[in-house]
This record gives sequence, structure tokens and C-alpha cells, in this order.
Amino acid sequence: MNWTALTVFILLFGLITVLGFVAAHWRRGDLDQLDEWGLAGRRLGTLVSWFLLGGDLYTAYTFVAVPALVFGAGAIGFFALPYTIVVYPLVFLILPRMWSVAHAHNYITGADFVHGRYGNRWLALAIAVTGIVATMPYIALQLLGLQVVIGAMGVGATGGIWGDLPLIIAFVILAAFTYTSGLRAPAMIAVVKDALIYITVLAIVIVVPIELGGYAKIFAAVPPAKLLLAPPGASTLGQYSAYATLALGSAFALFLYPHSITGVLSATSREVIRRNAAYLPAYSFLLGLLALAGFMAIAAGVDKLPEFAPQFAHYKSNFAVPALILHAFPDWFAGVAFAAIGIGGLVPAAIMSIAAANLFTRNIYLRFIDPHCTPRAEARNAKIVSLVVKFGALVFIIFLPLQYAITLQLLGGIWISQTIPAVIVGLYTRWLDPWALLVGWAAGIVAGTAMAATTHFQSAVYPLALGGLTVPGYAALYALALNFAVAVVLSALLNGVRLGSGRDETAAGDYRFDPARAG
Amino acid sequence: MAESPTTSRHASRAWNLLFVLPFAALLWVPLYNSVEPSIWGIPFFYWYQFAWVLVTAGLTILVHRITDKIARTPPP
Repeated sequence: MNWTALTVFILLFGLITVLGFVAAHWRRGDLDQLDEWGLAGRRLGTLVSWFLLGGDLYTAYTFVAVPALVFGAGAIGFFALPYTIVVYPLVFLILPRMWSVAHAHNYITGADFVHGRYGNRWLALAIAVTGIVATMPYIALQLLGLQVVIGAMGVGATGGIWGDLPLIIAFVILAAFTYTSGLRAPAMIAVVKDALIYITVLAIVIVVPIELGGYAKIFAAVPPAKLLLAPPGASTLGQYSAYATLALGSAFALFLYPHSITGVLSATSREVIRRNAAYLPAYSFLLGLLALAGFMAIAAGVDKLPEFAPQFAHYKSNFAVPALILHAFPDWFAGVAFAAIGIGGLVPAAIMSIAAANLFTRNIYLRFIDPHCTPRAEARNAKIVSLVVKFGALVFIIFLPLQYAITLQLLGGIWISQTIPAVIVGLYTRWLDPWALLVGWAAGIVAGTAMAATTHFQSAVYPLALGGLTVPGYAALYALALNFAVAVVLSALLNGVRLGSGRDETAAGDYRFDPARAG
Repeated sequence: MAESPTTSRHASRAWNLLFVLPFAALLWVPLYNSVEPSIWGIPFFYWYQFAWVLVTAGLTILVHRITDKIARTPPP
């Protein structure tokens, strides 16, 4: 047991626990209203939004898994960098429209928008269910990040229920402050979390290379096969097409996740989103640096050190970064770094559970179970659902094999991408018919899942055969192409015979609605 | 809003086309999948992509400023 690291870790965790509860009083609102609890009253300014979105999109799992992938698979794992670069022009161009229309009609979720735009509650249900199902394993993986760092401090090595106790305590803290403070809690904690993450990453990219003799030595230690992408061969595009489609597909999928939409809608104005599209790349830079930690772990040979053998056996390459931290830093700093990763898991887990709760309450409960529910009951309902969602994730990570959560998260990325035609295209045109979109969605989900099944759910990259050429690419994008084609063809047919259905409650001006400027 | 929204939106859209650059530069992988030219032992593949983080952030700030100005300027 590493007592020094553990003490620092517990102190920092105590600090954020206090913050989480204090947050309820920050810019005080009536927390019995859903947009107060679940969107922090839509009052977050540029700076807090920056922290919240940063804490939301760059999760503990990202910080553990991206370097782990670089450590294990090499250059292909670096796709996270182009992915988080091209995502911001998309945010800049597309999401202000989402913010405006949501603000004009008081939409709280993406599915709310789909319901208003297409007047079809079944399509909205499909969008909501996809969002919830894709988010659940993501929450579980945040808890995994926490589990890995707790394990790194030597707690729970004995296994059994006592081994899971620290995770359960962290979970109870998370559940309690989310319940009382809503989105205000992760927004406030994100500030502390980010300070810790920036300190940790800067320390890693400065101190570790000094210990290892510089970046040139680190790159020289990487096997040539891992240093660059495999070039195209006679009949295959190699890793080129996989790298590009993973980057592009992930960028599109990112802001369809309910937790990103929650983050965006909590902003106080369109301007906050546009400005943040320019400032958020600071996190991309950080993520890229952290990805290099995967190579540092190779150069330091941490997987061959006998003291880390049991953890590597258990967590596989996900242990690469924690091992590097333990290897390169004094214990007290390891405590800071592990707290950064652990808290880095709590922030997105809180936002994700709030987002899933919003979806369930607005698009399932309100539409299908109790259409006359009062705003008060709506907010209470969402709070309870957020508890259920988190509890589900905890059960998942404690009782099911780790591989299940990772596989489901991979599938979640493919599934959430199938909501692009309804949500993103819907922001620009109402030409697509809601029933056509629903059929396209179903086709995309089935095709994407089938493609992942051919790799035995080990990889999201599907080797598409085009004539004699194999084009390995992100299954989400291939499935999306099918989804989109189906939606377009069916819409043309339905619109042609004037069977087009559903009432559109939005007007063209709503998509540019800007109270700051109009007032 | 008093300004003529159509012309200003056309002008904004033209500036938005600048965002094609990062997509082209990063999604066309053969462009940068090489070790040389390396800087301080860092292969081209890596520093090129890091450089694009900065370039894209700069582009976003530029387009933001310009389109914002267009939206605020009253028509002649």
C-alpha cells in the first residue's frame, strides 16, 4: 500500500466533495426545475463552459486509454489528435445552431430537438434510447479509470468486496453531489480537476523525458512498426483509411453524445460556444502530449518491471500511464496525478448521468408514461434516474468482465453516430422524412453492429472490400453511409407521394436565435 | 436585426470555407506519415499534427473575429 500517495489522493478527493455540495449554492437557482438542475440554469459563461466541456470531453478514460492504445498499438492510437482537431471547426459551425433552436424552444436534450423538428415521438425515442445506451458503458469506463488508479496505489490488491470498497465510496460521493447540485457540481469540480490534470501532464512531458534522456531517445526506443502507420499495400489501404475514418467518425460522434449536448446547452450564449471552439484545442494539445506518454512507457520499459507485473496482468496496457507515474515520480506527486485521473473520471460521469437522466425524463417518461407530469416531478424524476444510471454503471464495472464495458463503449460510438442524419442534418433541413430517418437509423445500427461482430467485437475498424481493394475503416462511418442512403431514398419516395409526415414547430429564424444580440 | 442578413451570411460562409484546410491536411494521411523531416528527434508524423492544433485554433479565432465583425457591421 502506497500511504503517501493515498493520503494526498484522499485529501484532494475530500476537497472536491466539499466543492460538489457547495456548488448547489453557486448562482443559486430553483433546483426543482429541470433546466436548473440539469443545465445549471443555462447560465455558464465562457470560462466555466471551457472547464466543463474540457472536463466532459476529455475524460479519465481518455487519459488512460489513449496513451494505453499508443503504448500497445503505436501510431494508430494517435488518431485521437486529428480527431480532437477537426472536431472544433464542426463545433464552431454546427453547435451554435443547436444552442439557438434549443434556447428558442426550451429543449433540454438532442431528442427534444428531434421531437420538435420532426413532430415524431418514435424518432425522438430512438434518438433518446441510443443516447442512453451509448452513455451507460461510457460511465462504467470512467469508474474503470478510477479503479485503475486506486489499484495503482496498492489498494484492493487483495480482491473481493474490500477491494471494491474505495470505488464504492467514490461512487457514493459522486451520486450524492450530483443529486443535490445537478450540473453545477461537475462545472465547479471541473476547474479543480483541470488544474490537477494540467499540472500532471506538464510534469510528465517535462520530467519523464529528462529522466529518459530526451524526446529523441524516447522515439528511438519505439519499434519502427509502431512509430508510423502501416502504408497501403497492393490490395489494401493499410492503416491510412482506418486512421482518417477513425478521426473523422469520432469527431462527428463526439458532440452527438448526450453529455456533450448537455454541456453545450448549458452555455449562456451562442458566443460562448463559438469562442470555446477556439479555446478548447488547448485540451487537444494536452491529449496529444499525454498520448506520447504511451511511448515514454515503452522507452521506460515499465511493463517489464517486476513490481508492476500483477497490475499489468489485470489492467493490461491501461496500466501503462499509472505505472509510468509511479516509476518516474515521488509518491506524493503520484497521489496528485492519480487524484487528477480519478476526479477526471467523476466529472464526466456526473455529466453523463445527468444527460442520460434528462433524456429518460423528457423523451421517454414525459412522452410515453406521464404526459401531464409537473416540472417539479420532472426534476425529481431526473434526479432519481441519474442515481439509477450510476448504480447500473457501478454494478457493471464490479460484477462484469472489464472487456464488456470496453466492447459496449466501442459499439456505443457506432450507435451514436447513427443519430447524425436526424440531429445534425435536421439542424439544416427538414427535407428528410421522420419515418425514413427511423428506418435509416435502424439499418445503420444493424449494419454497424454486424460489422463489429465480424471482428468479434475486438475492433471498430471494418475491412470493407471494394472490388479487389480492402479499405479498412471506422464501422460507424460505413454504417452511417448506409443509414444516410436509406433515409434519402425513402424520403424522396415519401415526399414524392406527399406522404411526408410530422409537424415542424421550429422556424428558420430559430436556428440563429440570439437573445444577446436581438435584445 | 436591422442589417441585411443574406449578404452578410454569404460573406460569412465564404470565410467558413477556410475550415476545409485542417480537414484536408489531417485526413489525407500520406501527406505526413513519415519520420523525416524530424525536429529534435521528433518524427514529422507527430510534430506536424501538433502544429495543426495551433493552426486550427488560430484559424478558428480568425474566422470568429471576421464573421463576428460582418454580423455587426450595418449594411451601406
